[in-house]
Amino acid sequence: MSLLEIRNLSVEFTTAYGQFRAVDAVDLDVDQGDVVAIVGESGSGKSVAMLALMGLLPWTAKVQADRLSFDGKDLTSLEPKQRRRIIGKDMAMIFQEPMTSLNPCFTVGFQITEAMKVHLGGTRAERRRRAVELLDQVGIPEPETRLSAFPHQMSGGMNQRVMIAMSIACNPRLLIADEPTTALDVTIQAQILELLLSLQRDRGMALVLITHDMGVVAETAQRVMVQYAGQQVERRDVVGLFSTPAHPYTAALLDALPERSRGKRLPSIPGVVPGQLDRPDGCLFNPRCRFATDLCRSRPPGRGSPEQGAALCHYPLQGGEPSGYPPDLLDQLRRQAAEEARSA
Amino acid sequence: MNQAQTQDQTQVLKAVDLTRHYAVRRSPFSKPATVKALGGASFILNAGQTLAVVGESGCGKSTLARLVTLIEKPTSGTLEIGGLEVTSAGQQTIKSLHKTVQIVFQDPYGSLNPRQKIGTILQEPLKINTNLSAAERRAAAEKMMARVGLRPEHYDRYPHMFSGGQRQRIAIARALMLNPKIVILDEPVSALDVSIQAQVLNLLADLQEEFNLAFLFISHDLSVVRHIADEVIVMYLGRPVEHGSRDEIFANPQHPYTRALLSATPMADPNRKRARIKLTGELPSPINPPSGCPFHPRCHYAKDRCRQEVPVMQPAGASQVSCHGVEEGRITD
Amino acid sequence: MASVAESKSPQESRSVSAQQLREFWHYFSENKGAVAGLVVVVFLIFLAAAADVVAPHSPIQQYRDHLLQPPFWVEGGSLAFPLGTDAVGRDLLSRLIYGSRYSLYVGCVVISISMTLGISIGLVAGFFRGFLETIIMRLMDIILAFPSLLLALVLVALLGPGLTNAMIAVAVVVLPHFVRLTRAQVLAESNRDYVTSARVAGASRLRLMFVTILPNCMAPLIVQASLTFSTAILDAAALSFLGLGAQPPTPEWGAMLAEAREFILRAWWVVTWPGLAILITVLSINLMGDGLRDALDPKLKRS
Repeated sequence: MSLLEIRNLSVEFTTAYGQFRAVDAVDLDVDQGDVVAIVGESGSGKSVAMLALMGLLPWTAKVQADRLSFDGKDLTSLEPKQRRRIIGKDMAMIFQEPMTSLNPCFTVGFQITEAMKVHLGGTRAERRRRAVELLDQVGIPEPETRLSAFPHQMSGGMNQRVMIAMSIACNPRLLIADEPTTALDVTIQAQILELLLSLQRDRGMALVLITHDMGVVAETAQRVMVQYAGQQVERRDVVGLFSTPAHPYTAALLDALPERSRGKRLPSIPGVVPGQLDRPDGCLFNPRCRFATDLCRSRPPGRGSPEQGAALCHYPLQGGEPSGYPPDLLDQLRRQAAEEARSA
Repeated sequence: MNQAQTQDQTQVLKAVDLTRHYAVRRSPFSKPATVKALGGASFILNAGQTLAVVGESGCGKSTLARLVTLIEKPTSGTLEIGGLEVTSAGQQTIKSLHKTVQIVFQDPYGSLNPRQKIGTILQEPLKINTNLSAAERRAAAEKMMARVGLRPEHYDRYPHMFSGGQRQRIAIARALMLNPKIVILDEPVSALDVSIQAQVLNLLADLQEEFNLAFLFISHDLSVVRHIADEVIVMYLGRPVEHGSRDEIFANPQHPYTRALLSATPMADPNRKRARIKLTGELPSPINPPSGCPFHPRCHYAKDRCRQEVPVMQPAGASQVSCHGVEEGRITD
Repeated sequence: MASVAESKSPQESRSVSAQQLREFWHYFSENKGAVAGLVVVVFLIFLAAAADVVAPHSPIQQYRDHLLQPPFWVEGGSLAFPLGTDAVGRDLLSRLIYGSRYSLYVGCVVISISMTLGISIGLVAGFFRGFLETIIMRLMDIILAFPSLLLALVLVALLGPGLTNAMIAVAVVVLPHFVRLTRAQVLAESNRDYVTSARVAGASRLRLMFVTILPNCMAPLIVQASLTFSTAILDAAALSFLGLGAQPPTPEWGAMLAEAREFILRAWWVVTWPGLAILITVLSINLMGDGLRDALDPKLKRS
């Protein structure tokens, strides 16, 4: 049994223009010691799914799931009080903006010991000792003096370390990191990722990393979920995803990375992620997909086999070519590719 | 196209030892402290070329942008745009130079006036700087909208109705309305998603070719810089530390900071397991920079000389590097 | 391919201003109190505009046979004077209806004066930092340090009594709110990138102030104006009550209260109606102001 099990999770928001489905039938299994990345562009619903799991969404959100369980306990049926006992203790989350995630009115030490008081108890002195230990573990120099510092007296990187220290204070078994390094500089980002991974290894924690950065995914994760417009379009191990992407969206996203380009022009994806009012029929990616056929425009695709990355696509890619594609279109595609190769 | 580029590689901007200091007071009664936001930046910008300025926060990138766009004057050093010396120029010259240098900002949500329609935003530079009639201005704006990939019906809309990528197209269109020779791109794609980022980068490359623009591309993202730049300056805490051609910087980085930066940039390749150069410590504050070489507290190669003496830019291989270690030949692979 | 524009939904290609108006109304109408306030204010404006037609009598006509006649439902009252008459036999309903003209007039004039002056001074303070800013802001602090009615009293005493001078005095008293708000908005907006790009395009100071920045500062100023409107009515009524504003026989609500003071115990209606009129007007304008803030202030917007 997995540590975290999510089946068919959907989140809907009520807006001025009607219902908006931000997360659509998402599944996720995370085991002890796993590092799973959820990757997607803005508006793909990657954060919303995890916020729904933590119960942190506003009341306008409608959360539905066939199964939402942590460590065998069904989260949907738990009383709010019992649920709170799990969240923050066994399941912790850190956010993108370290500067706004910490309360500017209180010292770092107060904020770290606060969560411990609720979940672990112990005397003041014990909690303080533990806080020093934690700050030391996350690589903050002079932890004793830092306890009395306020968030604005420290840099973004230091604050993110404090956030991490707070989140691991109660020895969580699952840590969800929502874009933990997006607001940080490159060299600091490397330090924080390193820290998260070493904590994960040492404690056997499960780590769910939400990010938009393919580079971060490649360097940290074991498994990857690619989200597009609220749907999981591909689920793969990291090596397979980057070498032979199965969903056309994943493939196009990887091709659009500047570091993978060869020429002066980048192969870009035309158009934008569909919003609430312009959802296409059939496959949600079809208006931007270069392989889209009439079938894609009319019928939502089913999920492919696990070997094909469980791709949500009528024609999952195999060796760069769509499988099960109409032969005449495939010929056309091959001719096009050959022409491009000749002109380049 | 390539031929046109090589023919027209005229120098459009020359900066020598550009320096900018700010006086800050931390409380009303303390003595003002000097922040050396930018020290000793020298470079030449050629038409049709892209010079990238790379660095982390506090490295002086934005100050450099403010100096080159003539919003602020340098504390010392000289800046020449199109052969005209700017630092000593009068108001009239500076006004005329506004047509030469334009800027595109990082945040597409803050850089467009929320109370103005797209048409008004695009016409504003023409209204201020030219005597064109209203009809001529409108025609010019519509032509530029088509050029950057916006549809004519967007003319009467407000910025909040557009996505980030489209807003960045609008900002680019506005920057090009006056036919500038130089465009400062201040992290133009770092707020955009990867798929949109590729669209905007392609657009920029097209426009550069078409109008023979010189780009000063400010960024922290090395993979984007590697894609778009011809020449690269790496900055650390207000000072340039390495300056060279793109291929040289990426293939043969010399300054320890450049190397650390390259190795810290995540690459989208899970098979590449490399030994990462670990940088310890935080970025120091520019209010109270370290003595000697500003990088020495985080540098593995630091020696006594680095703690005392400020290094200067010196030729090293095909690049210019400001490092005692490189100069002494201490830093090898 | 890359330069093909991203498509927008057809809903959004409709007229922009209509859509903005719809959004504004969506947020405004969520606040029921604000809608009620708006209804009352519209009704008041109608009364003021149509006073000559609506009012049953002239506001200064004295009916000597009907001194201090009570409202029609009280014994001794008649439908000819529905809300009763005052001590010199003038119809109270007509005086109230005509009085609404003065209240709205006072509000409008005070807002126009203090908003124009306040925004200009605030813009100057926000743009030309340094010495000038310090002087302006300290001056505003001094005005704020006085109890507002007391300061208005002093000013009217200096200028001489009368409705015009009372309005000027009230305008001065509410001025600092506009100055401070404008300055704060200008400071916040002038750091935004769109201002910088206007500067790079060579925009002059005046253009930056009035064309680029001012429109973006207007939302909180409009809210402040609606709240100040009620303050102005209240202060002007108070000055009239103290005999320094509108002079008899003007049917101004504050002045009516003052004239009725001595009859408080004998004829409750003479004081009640003008007092209620002031209360309802001020309350509904304030409610409307709250709704305006909800609809215009992006910080409170829930999206």
